[in-house]
Amino acid sequence: MASNVNTTAEVQHAGAEHGGAFPPFDSSTFASQILWLAITFGLFYVLMSKVVLPRIGGILEARHDKIAKDLEEANRLKADSEAAGAAYEKSLAEARQKAQAIASETRSALNASLDAKRHEAEAGLSAKIAAAETTIAGIKAKALAEVDGIATETAETLVSTLTGESISRSDVAAAIAAVTAK
Amino acid sequence: MAADKVDPIHQFHITKLVPINLGHYDVSFTNSSLFMAATVIVATLFLVMASSGRSMVPNRWQLVAEMSYSFVANTLRDAAGKAGMQFFPLVFSLFMFVLVANLLGMIPYFFTITSHIIVTFCLAMLVISTVVIYGIWKHGFHFFGLFVPSGVPAALVPLVTMIEVISFLSRPISLSVRLFANMLAGHITLKVFAGFVVTLSAAGVAGMAGSVLPLAMAVALTALEFLVAFLQAYVFTVLTCMYLNDAIHPGH
Repeated sequence: MASNVNTTAEVQHAGAEHGGAFPPFDSSTFASQILWLAITFGLFYVLMSKVVLPRIGGILEARHDKIAKDLEEANRLKADSEAAGAAYEKSLAEARQKAQAIASETRSALNASLDAKRHEAEAGLSAKIAAAETTIAGIKAKALAEVDGIATETAETLVSTLTGESISRSDVAAAIAAVTAK
Repeated sequence: MAADKVDPIHQFHITKLVPINLGHYDVSFTNSSLFMAATVIVATLFLVMASSGRSMVPNRWQLVAEMSYSFVANTLRDAAGKAGMQFFPLVFSLFMFVLVANLLGMIPYFFTITSHIIVTFCLAMLVISTVVIYGIWKHGFHFFGLFVPSGVPAALVPLVTMIEVISFLSRPISLSVRLFANMLAGHITLKVFAGFVVTLSAAGVAGMAGSVLPLAMAVALTALEFLVAFLQAYVFTVLTCMYLNDAIHPGH
């Protein structure tokens, strides 16, 4: 090392003023360095292993635990929400089914009552029609019955007016009956 | 230090601040000791204050503390498996200590404790002795199976074992020299280029113009040294993890 220094023009070797030996190889300082290194490094080791490392390790551990716990919580919540979603879907489907059942039930009930009313109304109407038909038939029969009388009377009047002689009603009636029978 | 006396070695000198003598040994509180203490205080205060919020969503300081924690933890787990995590405090302390020491050394006029081989060698020996003691305590004689790779022809076993033993013994040396040499060389280079700037500028206008080049180099080297400071702390940590893996799983 000394030769290295001497070949450097700008740098002068000044080791002589400190007692010659190259400092790192000066064994007179070894005892002091070893002792103080043992003291300081021993102290450092104790400080590290008793104070600093448990502390930093604790922080890292706590963070690790917290993250794991939070992830677990998140997974639990996710499962919960999925279950709630499934339950919602299920109840929605059930409600839809129930609604359809109610709708079809209501529809059939309405249809039934409508049918009943229509039948009733139709029955009433038929009865009225039948009554009306009997009345019409009665009136018609009565009218038809009167037609002969009217015809007889008219014929009798016509004959008596035209011929000036009276004929018996029974003859007229017989003649009319003969005509209508044709 | 005078401008005409730029000494790149000066920064590595150890000066006694409080002279202490224990028996025959000189264990004075030196500038090196001061910066070891500073490293411990800075690193601990940073990590404690950064994590003081203990917030679920970290702020940027807490994030840095958490990242250094996870970074070392992942490195160790990748290299030595789950069983290696029992050495996590040791590996984390080594990483933070070396990293903060290297980074503190980047501040001008600050002493770089990792530029002294005895410091890096002690740290390396701490790793290797942990490996050996744990390996023997955990696996007994089996630990020495580390030196006898399986699947080697019987004739080659003595040779391979010898190579394995030598490679194992050279580990603390390579581990310590790598860190020490990187820090030492980096700081010397930086100082030499910065010294060029000072001496050239003193030589007049032409010198000042010429000093632009070493100044640019010094700036670039500063960036490089910050990278090296982190990289060497990382390399030291990775190798520590790999050696610990040998202690935990000695079979090849």
